[in-house]
Amino acid sequence: MTASVDFDSVQILDVSRHFGRRRALSRISLTARAGEIVGLLGPNGAGKSTLLSILATLTTPSTGEVRYGDRRPRDLGASLRTCIGLLAHELFLYPELSARQNLAFFADLYGIDAGAAVPAALDRAGLGTRADDAVSEFSRGMRQRLALERALLHRPRLVLLDEPFTGLDDEAVHLVSARLRQLAADGAIVMVATHDLELAEGLATRVAFVRDGRLIADEPATPGLRARYRRAVGSA
Amino acid sequence: MFVRTTLLVLRKDFAIERRSLEIFVTTLFFAVACVLVFSFGLVKEGRAPTDVAAAILWIAIAFAGTLALGRTFERERYGETIRALLAAPAPRPALYVGKLLGVVFLLAVAEAILVPLIGVLFAAPFFAKPLAFVALLAAGTIGFATVGTLFAAMLMRTRSRDVLLPILLYPITIPVIICGVRGTAALLATPADEPMAIMWLGILVAMDTVFMTIALWTFETLMID
Repeated sequence: MTASVDFDSVQILDVSRHFGRRRALSRISLTARAGEIVGLLGPNGAGKSTLLSILATLTTPSTGEVRYGDRRPRDLGASLRTCIGLLAHELFLYPELSARQNLAFFADLYGIDAGAAVPAALDRAGLGTRADDAVSEFSRGMRQRLALERALLHRPRLVLLDEPFTGLDDEAVHLVSARLRQLAADGAIVMVATHDLELAEGLATRVAFVRDGRLIADEPATPGLRARYRRAVGSA
Repeated sequence: MFVRTTLLVLRKDFAIERRSLEIFVTTLFFAVACVLVFSFGLVKEGRAPTDVAAAILWIAIAFAGTLALGRTFERERYGETIRALLAAPAPRPALYVGKLLGVVFLLAVAEAILVPLIGVLFAAPFFAKPLAFVALLAAGTIGFATVGTLFAAMLMRTRSRDVLLPILLYPITIPVIICGVRGTAALLATPADEPMAIMWLGILVAMDTVFMTIALWTFETLMID
């Protein structure tokens, strides 16, 4: 629990996940390294969220394994989770609490100094003046920005984002994209599951196409992504 | 770290409850309504039947507790905040204990109102042996909440959780309720049968220990898909 944990790559090795008879992931292998922004692209139900959940240690693979650096999750224990930041499709916020209370709770839970981290996060989310309002009073975009800051509050090495641009206006998309590029430049491993091919093309350094739980392609995010996605996955 | 996480979860739940009062009000209203219905049905010409107060107290606790358990985890289901808690580097069993203490505290507040109410309506001398009675109440409440918190957490993502919770919970907790009723009835007898009450208390403590051990042991496995 107290062991120091750090890693500069995440390896997904032949990972499958079944829920009863339903196959969510089938023999996925993928490696992401520090400094990369990996876009996970695929239609609804492709298995992107399940893959992020496995990487966040919230779901165990049916077969295969994930290695953080060269270590397995069970070798690292709970301290591994200090290095992982997850923003899922649901926002992981308590609507009854204020933005400040939400961030302070998670800061305390991660054992970081809330006094310094929370005001900075509120500023980055553009919520400095609404810090003491209940989250239930926020628009979807404001909640999304707050949820992103919650996920990044503890400066995670591995950043897992599921549709992080939902509900954001153009300016916020630009700011969040810049933030993610900065995180990658600072050495984070960023994995973004999204349907938005244009955003993925401008943001990701690599893309992985996923369909029916299978990895169809893993390639650099060079121009012409939409055409390649259409060929690989079937529609865009 | 374990204690800190437990207290953080507890404090967070109190902060939410202070703003909404949702669980407190519904639980208390339900428990008091339950007792009043029994009193209208059983108290005739100002005279309460003997030996029913203990059963009514524990039925009210069990029903109110079931309601509170469901609502407590509904809060974590909305926005999937339970996944955020599980994704944090905190010991996962500490999350369970935090939620458990919140339910126990809520039930304790409900009991603080129910006990005098039932005492007056059914002329029951609950505090003839105060230490033994409070110990029975505490052990029974902890036993019920220990199992209930685990099941409520387990069922959080199932569609028919409101139906399944009592179906799973009552068969396991009926021994707890029986011990509570028998122990309380022993204390309410004239004269009070304290050794009998202490025997029931001993059984309750043993059940609490078993339930708590199983819950702490299985919580993480049950919560991870």
